[in-house]
Amino acid sequence: MVEFILNGEAVRVEGEPPTRTLLDWLRERRGLTGTKEGCNEGDCGACTVMVTDTAGHRALNACILFLPQLEGKAVRTVEGIAAPDGTLHPVQSAMIDLHGSQCGFCTPGFVVSMATAHANGARDFNDQLAGNLCRCTGYAPIVRAAEAAANEPVPGWIAADRAAATAGGTTAGEGWFRPGSADELAAWYLENPEATLVAGATDVGLWVTKAFRALGPVAFLNGATDLAGITVTDDEIRVGATTTVTDFLTAMSEHHPSFAEVIRRYGSTQVRNAATVGGNIANGSPIGDSPPVLIALGATLHLRKGDARRSLPLEAFFLAYGTQDRAPGEFVEAITIPRQPDNLRCYKISKRFEQDISALCGAFNIRVEHGAVASARIAFGGMAATPKRATATEAALIGQPWTETTVANARAALAQDYAPISDMRASAAYRLEAAQNLLSRVWFDSHGADVSTLEVMP
Amino acid sequence: MTVRAPLPHDAARLHVTGQARYVDDIPTPANAVHLAFGLSEIAAGRLVSLDLSKVRAAPGVIGAWAPADLGTNPDCSPSLHDEPLLSDGTIHYLGQPLFLVAAETHQAARRAVRLATVETEATTPILTVDAAMAANSRFEEGPRIYGRGDPDKALANAPFRITGSFEIGGQEHFYLESQAALVFPMEGGDLLVHSSTQHPSEIQHKVAHALHLPMHAVRVETRRMGGGFGGKESQGNHLAIACALVATRTGRPARMRYDRDDDMTITGKRHDFRIDYRAGFDAEGRLLAVDFVQYCRGGWSQDLTLPVADRAMLHADNAYWLPDVRIVSHRLKTNTQSATAFRGFGGPQGMVGIERVLDHVAHHLGLDPLEVRVRNYYAAAGDPAGHGAAGDERPGDGAPPLSPGWSEDDATSRGSVGEVEAPLAASPEQVPHRTTPYGQLVEDFVLHDMTAKLAASCDYAARRDAVATWNDSHPVLKRGIALTPVKFGISFTLTHLNQAGALVHVYNDGSIAMNHGGTEMGQGLFLKVAQVAASRFGVDIGTVKITATDTAKVPNTSATAASSGSDLNGMAVRAACDTIRDRMAAYLAPLHQADPSEVAFDGGEVIIGATRMSFAEAAQRCYMGRVSLSATGFYKTPKLSWDRIRGEGRPFFYFAYGVACTEVVLDTLTGENRILRTDILHDSGASLNPAIDIGQIEGGFVQGAGWLTMEELVWDDKGRLRTHAPSTYKIPACSDRPEIFNVALYDVPNREETIYRSKAVGEPPFMLGISALMALSDAVAACGPGYPALDAPATPERLLAAIKRARAA
Repeated sequence: MVEFILNGEAVRVEGEPPTRTLLDWLRERRGLTGTKEGCNEGDCGACTVMVTDTAGHRALNACILFLPQLEGKAVRTVEGIAAPDGTLHPVQSAMIDLHGSQCGFCTPGFVVSMATAHANGARDFNDQLAGNLCRCTGYAPIVRAAEAAANEPVPGWIAADRAAATAGGTTAGEGWFRPGSADELAAWYLENPEATLVAGATDVGLWVTKAFRALGPVAFLNGATDLAGITVTDDEIRVGATTTVTDFLTAMSEHHPSFAEVIRRYGSTQVRNAATVGGNIANGSPIGDSPPVLIALGATLHLRKGDARRSLPLEAFFLAYGTQDRAPGEFVEAITIPRQPDNLRCYKISKRFEQDISALCGAFNIRVEHGAVASARIAFGGMAATPKRATATEAALIGQPWTETTVANARAALAQDYAPISDMRASAAYRLEAAQNLLSRVWFDSHGADVSTLEVMP
Repeated sequence: MTVRAPLPHDAARLHVTGQARYVDDIPTPANAVHLAFGLSEIAAGRLVSLDLSKVRAAPGVIGAWAPADLGTNPDCSPSLHDEPLLSDGTIHYLGQPLFLVAAETHQAARRAVRLATVETEATTPILTVDAAMAANSRFEEGPRIYGRGDPDKALANAPFRITGSFEIGGQEHFYLESQAALVFPMEGGDLLVHSSTQHPSEIQHKVAHALHLPMHAVRVETRRMGGGFGGKESQGNHLAIACALVATRTGRPARMRYDRDDDMTITGKRHDFRIDYRAGFDAEGRLLAVDFVQYCRGGWSQDLTLPVADRAMLHADNAYWLPDVRIVSHRLKTNTQSATAFRGFGGPQGMVGIERVLDHVAHHLGLDPLEVRVRNYYAAAGDPAGHGAAGDERPGDGAPPLSPGWSEDDATSRGSVGEVEAPLAASPEQVPHRTTPYGQLVEDFVLHDMTAKLAASCDYAARRDAVATWNDSHPVLKRGIALTPVKFGISFTLTHLNQAGALVHVYNDGSIAMNHGGTEMGQGLFLKVAQVAASRFGVDIGTVKITATDTAKVPNTSATAASSGSDLNGMAVRAACDTIRDRMAAYLAPLHQADPSEVAFDGGEVIIGATRMSFAEAAQRCYMGRVSLSATGFYKTPKLSWDRIRGEGRPFFYFAYGVACTEVVLDTLTGENRILRTDILHDSGASLNPAIDIGQIEGGFVQGAGWLTMEELVWDDKGRLRTHAPSTYKIPACSDRPEIFNVALYDVPNREETIYRSKAVGEPPFMLGISALMALSDAVAACGPGYPALDAPATPERLLAAIKRARAA
């Protein structure tokens, strides 16, 4: 059984499989067809809903959101954005007045994203709306509408959701378990080592909607609140496994802004609101954006099985494509990043700037002292079957003067570190050349040249 | 008058509240069945065996059918009858439907299709232009050739020459609403079809044909689409036919929507092209001769490839006088999705070809590309240099009668293969600087003025200098700027399609219901046409009810395509309104001692001499006076005559124009780039609704820029489309729009008599996106002396390669 609030009214869901998506349930069981299916994989935002809990309002993709993830929360669909008496939300009025809809199919998702941004006082609309695709308008009138509504007060019916939401405790249903703590999870997973752990479902969601995989027993982690959160001490930054990428972005903005910039381009607002740091590591993808950067920062991974815990350097976790150093019943509990002066430069290359999967992602943690490279940790995603350190490149740099010649030697060494593949995102040749050029970008950047197209003003 | 008013989209309130209903939102009885296709996993070969027993045994499955089980395998093609619903044993592309499943839910149907045991025998697929040319795998017997003069000789004599080859990628429509259909079985074997289609009459025809029914037994309704862009001109046939077969067979409503991956894997996209070119020119960059060879990859079935390739040829000149010219067009057949209509319908590919040539010419001579472009423009309308406007007198009233036989010839399709061409009496007059390569006089050329206005308003010359200065001091980043024109021909090139019908009712309370053959896909057609109706009756827009497109109300409609929607349907609705208005005037005038010509409809009132009454009262009186308050309207576009085999005549009623200036910044280390600013001046004649038109222009530009920059279709060497979802195929996102985006209308009435002298605006702005590609070429050219020869889409990878070419020279 799952209990949550839907458009201001309490609902109780029983008898649904744990992998029933909110989108299908809304459309097929509740007749709420305003929420649209555009892609069924979290990339278009047509199914965006507002999910509110005690921490605040978040936009999420309903197509890859399973019902048990909603326990205790307040869900608002496009049908609930206007007041019960039909009074329009300011973003709705602005969308009408400023011609923000054409075919209208993406519009409900936009309206919900805009209403969520509005409730949160967010005005970085390029980021807030990066996860909503529109094929008709070219976005300009939508952004105009978002800007026009920004100064209007948050309507009472939206604000009320926060008070109505509850934390939600330990719950379970047929074939699924939602632990209320990390201890409960550890015990249950030991008993059910074949189970699938679901944190944000931004990856597992696709196993269901696209690959039709049977997940076996499922544990939903978002009730185990002690698995989330960021703790900063003098020595390290400890990031709980189920910390959302959104929260991680906020933390990194302070400590490693270049990392924050990569995270800003990680998925979209909806995806970052659901995805977790632990999930991005545990799924072992060679193109996940945080692992190469965390490796360059010298991060340590903390695993737990039952009451047994162990730690290992993050790069040691990725054994081969699809294989990680994780035992059955063992789960990622946290990652720690050693505190250090910020020398990090990391860059993500993709066909589209926002919300695209990296062709490659390079992270350079190079410390130059007295004109020479004192230390270098370099890692890439998208260049090998796993996120991988560039050990030959590091060796070509460490102890050498920070000069063009050294960089040229290090560029050559990159070709020893990586033998990338060609796929629909980029060719092997481009990947290698761009990787080498990213090292040059670090060099140019250290010499004050403009290297970011984002910093060029019209 | 409500025409010209910037009213918001009629469904805007429904859109923003989630109440706007699309096909898959229509409630159905609990017994409705859901369909899915099982798809081929190979691109070419033979289906050896197909065992559906596990599919049929899957939970929730109601039925699974191969053609033999159905006892029929209807044709879904809009042209050559070469698209069986399901594979007939030969496999033509990876993704081709092999069998059909019906289940209690959409998910159950999708899960079940994976359980089929499929045995195939693969052959080597023909995937590329080169492979198709080598195998002579093509539509039509050989290439089409249009042209004029002796380009070989003129090339040989030209002081300067360039040659090149240009790859232009295709484009996925990515309408946000995937293809969908819903069919209700009605009494007596009739069918009610809801289809997300731009062409209800086509759906009606194909469903009727599939079930051996007369067209009157099939009623197709389309309230709206969640985007079309050409992708719903013919690609919805399969779903509607499949639903009709299953609904008839089971007696249950049948619905089908493609999952996004299925949609992208099954359906056609924009044609990709390779254009080889040779050009001869003088020292000022004036073109003397151009020789194009267009290779158009059409996919496995003919669909609309012939008219698409024709339109590419018809836009190979864009805005430029080409004295001696040859355009050769190869329409190639490959083992990939059947490429189909997409906004611009081949025009963009042809146009970007000549823009590439001019960019290359300017680079070769070291001239500002804009100067070179303007030098090659057609003569301005009214400019005596082009010796006045001859040609207006060409008799144009008439499509010839259609060949008999309704059942096979798909007469309302642009792909129609019937004998429908208008023979020309004589070759057209050739007027230098005025006549297109296909013999149509350009009588309305306004680009000189538009270009000057835009260059001034966007400060082109100063910014071009500023870009050069900036580039000198920036080793890593380079800026680029380009100003490019659009001249786009308006009319269906299949002349008889240029007709439309409408049905208007005035109820006795004064409310008005309006219906026409056009479909609404977001472009605001319904609103524009309603504005026409409201203006004819002098009433508020709220008085006019917009109703779903319905083949039972208006028959024999053309696709809402070729930008023709408001031109055709606006005129048809006007005709219907005027019929009713005239009847009302004729009845009311004598009652008030007035002449019918003195009756005015304005401000919600009917004014008869000194008497004024509300429109509602007038309607009530006319009803009491037994006046018919319902009328049909009809329109056919005048002046057209076109011989597509010879490539001569007047295929277009008029041209729509636009100019765009785009500035970009490029990272020379990675090829990443960003549009900084775009300024647009676009010609929509005297706009019916400036807000709607600006929306079309902004959206068209971004879509066009997406086509030429980030949107990349990638097939692997097995013929599998690797970019079959938004995770891998990237349409522009919010931040990809130009950071500064100024759009203005060139507010000059159409010289031709169109509805309120407006111009079509659906497709032309798409090609303003070419300015983004040319700006990137300009940025690459700042890296070195070589010509960038930048292919499209200009992904970071292609840009990095172009930068190396520029530097290597």
